[in-house]
Amino acid sequence: MKKTPLYSLHQKHGAKFVQFAGYEMPIQYETGIVKEHITTRNNSGIFDVSHMGQLFLKGGDELTNDLQKIFPIDLEKISINQSKYSFLMKENGGIYDDLIITKLKDGYMIILNAACKDSDLNILKKKIGEKYQIDLSDNLSLIAIQGPKAKDVLESIVPGVIKLKFMNGNQFKYKELDIYITRSGYTGEDGFEISINNKIVESFVEKLIKKGSTMIGLGARDTLRLEAGLCLYGHDLDENTSPIEANLKWAISKSKINGKFPGSEFIKKQYNEGVSKLRVGIKPETKVIARESTKIFDEKDNEIGKVTSGTFGPSVNGPIAMGYISNDFSKTNTKIFLEVRGKRVPASICEMPFYKKNYVRGGEDNVRN
Amino acid sequence: MSEIKFSKEHEWITVDGDVATIGITKHATELLGDIVFAELPEKGSSVNKDATAGVVESTKAASDVYTPISGEVVDTNQSIVDDPSKINSDPEGDGWFFKLKIKDQAEMNTLMNRDEYDKFAKENAS
Repeated sequence: MKKTPLYSLHQKHGAKFVQFAGYEMPIQYETGIVKEHITTRNNSGIFDVSHMGQLFLKGGDELTNDLQKIFPIDLEKISINQSKYSFLMKENGGIYDDLIITKLKDGYMIILNAACKDSDLNILKKKIGEKYQIDLSDNLSLIAIQGPKAKDVLESIVPGVIKLKFMNGNQFKYKELDIYITRSGYTGEDGFEISINNKIVESFVEKLIKKGSTMIGLGARDTLRLEAGLCLYGHDLDENTSPIEANLKWAISKSKINGKFPGSEFIKKQYNEGVSKLRVGIKPETKVIARESTKIFDEKDNEIGKVTSGTFGPSVNGPIAMGYISNDFSKTNTKIFLEVRGKRVPASICEMPFYKKNYVRGGEDNVRN
Repeated sequence: MSEIKFSKEHEWITVDGDVATIGITKHATELLGDIVFAELPEKGSSVNKDATAGVVESTKAASDVYTPISGEVVDTNQSIVDDPSKINSDPEGDGWFFKLKIKDQAEMNTLMNRDEYDKFAKENAS
């Protein structure tokens, strides 16, 4: 089982560990998931996401041209230090992985899911051959700091980060080493992701804690992302689900609809003609939690879909879920029934996110919501 | 009130006359984490020893609650349905689940005392 460089710091903070994608990761610390969730929403929280893949591709315009044939995002339209949410597409229109791609001065940085990173690397190597230097970094950690106070905490350690716009990054210094920070995250909060050398990551995180931030485990990361309506790969997205079915049409560049990338003919067809199933938000009417794989029925007892993520949302103070449903039932407020422990629980289709901040974020619109 | 007894499924039970009060142990709540949902048996229903008599859910997962002895459900603690965090904060007090009219007192002899349960929980912790 692999460990991240912050393992002993997690232990020091009373972490309970779980195995996740081959890593021993903290699911929660002493205070528990609900308190960690609320702390992130009201203050700020630190997440060790070093298990995720940090892939670096070196190259110039030719690399951009080659990547245009791989990703459904128009990479010619993004500027240096700008990040976009995208997918590594399968030929059938399904998704090998969802990712964040950032244009750098000398190439691209791609943040990949931990469970997919090795196979993603192989897929990319096959597609663009040995033409470019392509590496999954193992000397870099990845830390997220999220929440309304994240900007002040981080600014006090790394001056200038406050000027970053949403989904934009830049190079900064810590202890004379380069660190790369983007204003992004996966909690529905303002925040940052910090790519930082393994040698200095512990000292860096200890400093964030000293400035008032708190370590948050994967348990709260899951409740935060679900409240924000964001997908978890392997649950809400997979190799047999297209971005259009996942209701992530916005992440496909309009200029790429008629372009060529793996699965593009399926995407074009679904984009123009619609889909038979769609990812939707689901709000149970009682306090019952509908977990992953819960079957969804209509009033006439026909099975019409399946829950892919479901939990208790601490900020919503009730159960929330998302899942795939036959398109005829995907309209907001449609009544549905969830089968939990043999009983039918009434629920309705609702808009996502389940939880939204009532203040405006700095910089660009939040393109992921 | 009798001595508190414990089951291998991590329930506790106390007896007052012919009525038993049942809940889940502190050890169980620590394993579960923050409890966010509780379902109780129906008042008036009969439950058999070791059968499912409720559900608790944490943010992470759902777990069944079993009854350590047989009997008729004479009372349920609705306050833990409204505020499941009570189960975490006071598992052996305000966080009780249900009361049973005991069918067979002899079933109590199959359960553990606190020392035995603590030892059992420790051995099964890993």
